[in-house]
Amino acid sequence: MTETKHVFEIKGLKKSFGSVDVLKGVDMTVDTGEVVAIIGSSGSGKSTFLRCINLLETPTGGDILYHGMNVMSELDSVYQYRASVGMVFQQFNLYNNLTVLQNCTLPQIKVLKRNKREAEDIAMDYLQKVGMAPYINAKPRQISGGQKQRVAIARALAMNPEVLLFDEPTSALDPEMVGEVLSVMKALAQEGMTMLVVTHEMAFARDVSNRVVYMNDGVICEQGTPQEVFGNPQKQETKDFLARFRNE
Amino acid sequence: MLEFFRDVIEIVTEHYPFLLRGVGYTMLIAMTGTVAGLLIGLATGVIRTCPLSKKGFVRFLQRVFNGIITAYVEVFRGTPMMVQAMVIYWGYAFATGGSQLPLVPSGILIVSINTGAYMAEIVRGGIISVDKGQFEGASAVGMTHWQTMRYIVLPQVLRNILPSVANEFVINIKDTSVLNVIGITELYYFAGIIKRESFQTFQTYFVVCIIYFILTYSVTRILRLIEQRMEGHESFVICGSQSDPHAEIRVPKQQEVPHD
Repeated sequence: MTETKHVFEIKGLKKSFGSVDVLKGVDMTVDTGEVVAIIGSSGSGKSTFLRCINLLETPTGGDILYHGMNVMSELDSVYQYRASVGMVFQQFNLYNNLTVLQNCTLPQIKVLKRNKREAEDIAMDYLQKVGMAPYINAKPRQISGGQKQRVAIARALAMNPEVLLFDEPTSALDPEMVGEVLSVMKALAQEGMTMLVVTHEMAFARDVSNRVVYMNDGVICEQGTPQEVFGNPQKQETKDFLARFRNE
Repeated sequence: MLEFFRDVIEIVTEHYPFLLRGVGYTMLIAMTGTVAGLLIGLATGVIRTCPLSKKGFVRFLQRVFNGIITAYVEVFRGTPMMVQAMVIYWGYAFATGGSQLPLVPSGILIVSINTGAYMAEIVRGGIISVDKGQFEGASAVGMTHWQTMRYIVLPQVLRNILPSVANEFVINIKDTSVLNVIGITELYYFAGIIKRESFQTFQTYFVVCIIYFILTYSVTRILRLIEQRMEGHESFVICGSQSDPHAEIRVPKQQEVPHD
């Protein structure tokens, strides 16, 4: 079973919205413990790519193999699959009607069928880890953006996912709050969590990821180690993109 | 003028058993009808927002169901409740060869399905107004459509639509008066009886008018209180601080972090 050694093996992934082709055939493999940073300009399809992996968008073509199993056709339960592939959103998407603690326990109780006590213990562990344990009684509207995102990460971690997908986790934050979220992500990466991170934080991509993927116009234009992509980009598009970033 | 008030007081003191019974039935029908209508509205909301199944047959059933809901909403919003009452009550008698529906339950039924049609639209609006991220945040952790609705979306919908629900309740208190056409003994029906006994038409309806206003006004006040209660606490407690792990620091509303 050689094909099962990858966590993900994605082949020719396509997604169109009406007549607009957003993904035009993306191939990628992800192994356990890898931290993949996906960079690219707006509209390059990187968020759509991530959302397809979690099946928030239904791909229009290609295959996503999760441990060799096709997630579009061979899943017993799309719900269990999503529970094992966590997602962190740009807009946090905390449940507004629930407290910080309930945000982290409800998915465990309802999806993983854990009992309340166990769920609370696990949630507290992760809330502690992201430094949000003191705020368990607060509602999302009462805490700051950086705090919300740290809760969202704790919520995802409490499901004990195998992979975490980050969709521009710091793009909606005020500049002074970016650091607190990135340091939580950095700690996760160092612990060996498998992560796919769509980001505009080039420093994070350079310092934390094992692999940088540059997406352009619905395909992977170039990928490699951070040193390769940032230090010695091969494609003209990549050079232009990175040059634009340096000038900003 | 003085005589008028004497008449009014006389109507109240002499006919208060009628008036009270009328108020009782009016409130019973309006309240049950509003609650049942809300439940119908929530149910249609959950069904209509359910993503279409990939299985052909289930998808077909969903389409049929959605069609039925749309037809229901259009028909019951588009015809007067007084006419609906007549059609349902006498339709039943016609279909069964003369047997009659019990009056109060049929009144509740008519108000419920009529309110349900409006509530379906109110709930639909409420669901649309909930941020799409709430649905995605729930789907992404593996919650089903029902779980998402039950634990995340509908609680937020309920809070948002409460003013509209209160509005429907007030409308129902007033509109039960049309049910006198099938002989339901609500407040307006008793007004007719009192008028015939006292021969004081204006005085009678003046009293009834004031009673309706007292009912609707109290209901709006009570629901406003519930609304404020549902807003929840504006303060929260931070558990533990760097110097004292058992500290409890209350963060009042004023220190709330502004939305970004």
